[in-house]
Amino acid sequence: MATVVHRELSAAAWRFYGPLAVLAAFVAAGFAAFLYMETNGHVVTGMDNQIVWGTPHVFAVFLIVAASGALNVASVASVFGRTAYKPLARFSALLALALLAGGLAILVADLGRPERLVVAMTHFNFKSIFALNIFLYNGFFLIVGVYLWFMMERRMNRYGDRAGLAAFLWRLVLTTGTGSIFGFLVAREAFDSALLGPAFVVYSLAYGTAVFLIAAALVLRWDAQALDAETTVRLGRLLAIFVALSLYVTAVFHLTKLYMTRYHGVEAFLLVDGGVYPLLFWFGQVLVGGVAPLVLIYSPRTGKTRAGVLAAAVLVVAGGLAQMYVTIIGAQAWPLAIFPGWQESSSFFDGEIHRYAPSVPEVVLGVGGVALAAALVAVGLKALRLIPDPCTASSSPPPTSPPARQR
Amino acid sequence: MSDPGRRAFLGTAAAALAGAAIAPGIRLVELAAARSPEEAASAKVRWGLLVDANRCASGCTACVTACRTENGLADTGRPRTDAQWIRIVDLRDPRTGREARAPVMCQHCAHPPCVDVCPTGASFKRADGIVLVDRHTCIGCRYCMMACPYKARSFVHENLADQKPDVPRGKGCVESCTLCVHRVDRGGTPACVEACAAAGHGAMLFGDLNDPESAIAKRLRELPARALRADLALDPGVRYAGV
Repeated sequence: MATVVHRELSAAAWRFYGPLAVLAAFVAAGFAAFLYMETNGHVVTGMDNQIVWGTPHVFAVFLIVAASGALNVASVASVFGRTAYKPLARFSALLALALLAGGLAILVADLGRPERLVVAMTHFNFKSIFALNIFLYNGFFLIVGVYLWFMMERRMNRYGDRAGLAAFLWRLVLTTGTGSIFGFLVAREAFDSALLGPAFVVYSLAYGTAVFLIAAALVLRWDAQALDAETTVRLGRLLAIFVALSLYVTAVFHLTKLYMTRYHGVEAFLLVDGGVYPLLFWFGQVLVGGVAPLVLIYSPRTGKTRAGVLAAAVLVVAGGLAQMYVTIIGAQAWPLAIFPGWQESSSFFDGEIHRYAPSVPEVVLGVGGVALAAALVAVGLKALRLIPDPCTASSSPPPTSPPARQR
Repeated sequence: MSDPGRRAFLGTAAAALAGAAIAPGIRLVELAAARSPEEAASAKVRWGLLVDANRCASGCTACVTACRTENGLADTGRPRTDAQWIRIVDLRDPRTGREARAPVMCQHCAHPPCVDVCPTGASFKRADGIVLVDRHTCIGCRYCMMACPYKARSFVHENLADQKPDVPRGKGCVESCTLCVHRVDRGGTPACVEACAAAGHGAMLFGDLNDPESAIAKRLRELPARALRADLALDPGVRYAGV
């Protein structure tokens, strides 16, 4: 194929700074929420001593998981030799970096002592999967940064595929680590599963591809281009496979839990009688985030249109947020069994379902992190040559051409 | 100097040097065994508690009140975010209707999950088995609270006032029962144990689990007691009888 020329975002000044100002306003609001929480303490949030990780963590973990998946397009091009995706590989790497930065910013802003970030970077307990994740996240920035550089620097181009392979392997470990943060919590019945590591890898493939589809469509439209139909449809097919895998791993997770009698209570809570959690699971994660996107992508009418695939991607993101809410908060809402076999009650809310409602500062902080990721993408696109120039992209057929399967 | 002679000289010199280097250490170990408050905690000691639920009197909250007073834990009227280092858990056997109650606090595990998961090492276990939080390196991530099987930890959710000089606390850090380490290091017993005894119940016994002659070790030999969540094999320092 012909060499694709990349260039900076070409939107007119007002079309660039206008949206950027809107994003900056959301980031500023998130920063204000952070200051409010830190000044008053977490008492102003919906989190308490029962639900210790709340809405900020739902946003943060979603962004971190989506970050590694957003690298899919670059990986598919570099590692699996699908050259058709090569023009978008640079954007894929930038998006991965920005999503991770946004997610980590939320996590840091939610810390009780965020000013001690330097402590977290200098004191390590290597038995902690959390401490290992700090290395994995920093390593991801480094490796994907180098990968991006190799793709952009002509003299380093020949090492690009090797850097891509390193980034791909690293992201697999990283997402396994993120899932293991939860999987290693043996005392909590809704976690305590080695499956959560691989499950998060599978989820990341789906969420990252979905976020990439939406972001690429928005960015190219911003650049007065369109994400061409062939790439969209092909990525849609890939997304469908990841969504199906996500449903599979979710089913295995719950079926293995259901096989073990001691988990029947927590499974009934999450799947049947836990109020908002079964609703978010069945309607959000399974129907909106799983079944509906599959129907959209595999239906002959919608599956071959950009609108159909992009709608499926939006649904996958919505379902992903629902999944994170159920996985992170639902798991904490179920009480610990400190005296198994006994009914427990206490002034510390032992033995009862813990209630939680997201507070405004938490939501604003989470949305601020999303806006930060988007703003970083915008600035990156303006500063670096990451957007494929349609005039030279001979591999990309015009948007009107019928979708073709590539071997 | 002949070769064998030089070897003998070197051997003697090395032994003398090693002796000089180790001697202060041996002295330290002796002192720690004497539990002088000036010396570091010693692994020879394993502090523990025995809770006898059969003696935990209905309606009594002496241990909880004593803990709050001792450690300066204020009641803000917001129980969901207030710190609770010890609470009474009321129990009911759903099959037989049998009722029981027992105080639950940090179980001071030999293999504490909070220490395992803490990213910065702020959660740590002293040589004598007391599990603590270093308030200078806790970043407030709350992963320890997610990991603790006993829900023993609290996060400081708001600004604090009127702190006890012996028990420094801080907004944004995680904390839990210290086994009244400031009292124990001075040869005292935890405030909850003292209060339970003063109330005439004697449902809590504190002592050195490693010392076969200690009251707690003797009582543990007589009374069938167990660890909470023994299935997790964390070897907690707190044992329960009667539940």
